[in-house]
Amino acid sequence: MRKAYYTVEERELTQAMKPPAHTKGPARWIKDNLFNTWYNVLLSCLALICIFFISKALLTWAFTEAKWGVIPANLQLFGVGAYPREQIWRVWSVIYILCVLVGLSAGMWGGLVFRFAVVLGGVWFIGALLPFELSTRGWFLGAVAITAAALFLGRGRTALRPWILGGWLLSFPLIMIVLRGFGENSVLTSNWGGLLLTLILAVVGIVVSFPLGVFLALCRQSNLPAIRWVSTAYIEMVRGVPLITILFMGNILIPIFMPGLDINQVLRMGLAITFFSAAYMAENVRGGLQGIPRGQHEAAQAIGLNYVQTMLFIVLPQALRSVIPAIVGQFIALFKDTSLVAIIGLIDLLGVARSVIANPDWFGLQAEVYLFAAIIYFVFSYSMSYGSQEIETALGVGEH
Amino acid sequence: MAEHENAPNDSIIVCEDVHKWFDDFHVLKGITTSFEKGERAVICGPSGSGKSTFIRTLNRLEEHQRGTIVIDGVELSDDLRNINLIRQEVGMVFQQFNLFPHLTNLQNITLGPIRVRKMTKSEAEEIALSLLERVDIADQAYKYPSEISGGQQQRVAIARALAMEPKIMLFDEPTSALDPEMITEVLDVMRELARSGMTMLVVTHEMGFAREVADRILFFDEGAIVEDAAPADFFDNPQHERTKLFISQTLQH
Repeated sequence: MRKAYYTVEERELTQAMKPPAHTKGPARWIKDNLFNTWYNVLLSCLALICIFFISKALLTWAFTEAKWGVIPANLQLFGVGAYPREQIWRVWSVIYILCVLVGLSAGMWGGLVFRFAVVLGGVWFIGALLPFELSTRGWFLGAVAITAAALFLGRGRTALRPWILGGWLLSFPLIMIVLRGFGENSVLTSNWGGLLLTLILAVVGIVVSFPLGVFLALCRQSNLPAIRWVSTAYIEMVRGVPLITILFMGNILIPIFMPGLDINQVLRMGLAITFFSAAYMAENVRGGLQGIPRGQHEAAQAIGLNYVQTMLFIVLPQALRSVIPAIVGQFIALFKDTSLVAIIGLIDLLGVARSVIANPDWFGLQAEVYLFAAIIYFVFSYSMSYGSQEIETALGVGEH
Repeated sequence: MAEHENAPNDSIIVCEDVHKWFDDFHVLKGITTSFEKGERAVICGPSGSGKSTFIRTLNRLEEHQRGTIVIDGVELSDDLRNINLIRQEVGMVFQQFNLFPHLTNLQNITLGPIRVRKMTKSEAEEIALSLLERVDIADQAYKYPSEISGGQQQRVAIARALAMEPKIMLFDEPTSALDPEMITEVLDVMRELARSGMTMLVVTHEMGFAREVADRILFFDEGAIVEDAAPADFFDNPQHERTKLFISQTLQH
C-alpha cells in the first residue's frame, strides 16, 4: 500500500538520485583499459607495433604487387562455374524470382527483412555501376527495379503474409526447374558451379536440416522407446562419421539403393549434407528443449493443450530462441562445409578458385584468388551471424 | 469417508481407492473421497504427505495406478480424449506460477481459449481483459510476466486458468513462492472466486484462509486422508493425534 504522505525524513530516504556522472570518452576508455599499468602499456605498444607491420605488409601487397585482374576476368566462373553462357538468363530469372519474394516480404514484414532488401538492392545497384558488359548491367538494373517494385507492392499488406511464406516454399522447386530447364536446352547439374552451387547446397541444407533436426530432437525426447532409440541411433551414427564419408556414401550408395530414380549429383550432395547437418541440429535443439522447465509443459497441459500444441506454442518457441547462436553456428559451418563436395568432382566456389589457379594464364596468383574466395565466404557467414544477433534482439532473448 | 454427507450424484469429483507410486514409494495409499459442486476444500498436511500429488492426479499431471477418479461424470483413464476433456473442465494454479515467459500476460490468458476452445482472437481478448480486470491488473495486460511482481504473476495465472471457464479450480500451494506482502493480494482474488461459487480445491499452508473460506479441510499424512472435517471442528476438535500436532505447530507462528 502506498502511503498518502511521508515525514520529511522518510521523503529524504526514498528520494531517487541520479547515478554519479562519468566522463567516459574514447580517450578515457583507452587510458583505463590499455594504458592503466606499466605491463599493459608494454603489451599495448607491442601489439601496436605488430599491427603496424602486418597491415603495412598486407596493404603494400594488396595495392602494389597483387594482380587483381584475375578476379574480374573470371567473375562469371566464380559466380556460376561451368554454367553455359547462352543459358545465363536462367540464373537471372532465379535471381528475379528471389528479388520479388524478398521485396514483397520486406514490404510486409519491414524491420530486419526491409533492411536486408535494401542492402540486396544496393548490391545489385553497385553491380549495375561496375564496368561489366552492357547486357549484364541491364540484368543488374532489372534486379534493382524488381526489388523496389515488389517492396512497394508488398508495403503494409500484412494479410498476405501466409501467401508469401507459401511462395517461399514453392520457390525452391521452381528455382530448380528454371535452372535445370527441359529438353535439349536443359543444363546438366554437373555444370552448375561456383557460388551458385555453394548457395544451392547451403540453402537446401539449412532449409531442410532445420525442421528435420527439430523433429529428430523431439523424437529423441519422446516417451515412446522405439522412436527414441531410432532417433538416438541416427544422431549418434551420423555424428560418428566424417562429412566426407557421408558425401562419398551419398554419391555411391543412393544410386545403388534407388536404381530406378535418377537423382543427380547436386541433389545427392544436398541430401547428404542435409542428413549430416540434421543430426547436429537435433543436438542443438535438444539442448534448448532440456532447458525448458517441467512447469511449462504442465501449465500447457493444464489448460488443455495437446502434445503438438504444447510443442508448437510453448516449448519450441522458447527452446529455439535460447539456442539461436548454436543453430546459426551450425548454419555457418554447413555453409563452409559445402566446399567438401569438391571430392566427388563438383566445382563449387572453392573448386572454381582452384581451377582458376591451375589455369596457366593466371599462374602464381593463389593469394589473390584464395583471398577473394575467403572474402566471399566471410561476407555470407558474417551476414548470417549478424542476422542472428538482430533476430535475438528482436525477440528479446534474455529479457523475457 | 465413504459415507460422506453429500449424495453421490451431486459430486463433481469422486475418488475411489486411489493409489499412486513413485517407483517403489507409495505416495497415495487409497484415497477415497468426493467433492460436490461449489465446495471449497482446503487440503493441508506436512510436506511429502501426498497432498500436491493428489490434486495433480485430478487433471492427470500425475497418473494414478489403482482406483478410479471420476470428474464431472468422466472417468480419468488412459483415453487421451477423456484427459483433454477433463483438463478443459479443471483449471490449475501452480506454486511457481508457470506463466509462459515468451508471451505477454494477455497472450498467456488467450492462448487456451483460442487454441483449445477455438474462440476468435477478439472474443478471447475480450474475456481475458475482463478477467484481468477481475484480478485487478488490467493495466499489466501487454507486459511480459518477467516485468511484473510475483503476486501479479500469480493473479495472471489464476486469470489464465479461469479463461478456460473451468468447473473446478485446483490450487497447488498458490502462495508458497510469494513474498509475504504479496500473499494477501492473491488470497483476496481466491476469496472473491470462492464467493462466486467456484468449486475449489486448495493445497495451502495458509490456515487463516482455510478457516475463513473453506467448507471442509482435509488433512493428509503419509499418503492418506487422516482428518476430514469442517473448519470449526478441524481446528477446535481434531480427532487424530497427528492433526493435533500439525495444528499446534502451524498455529504457533
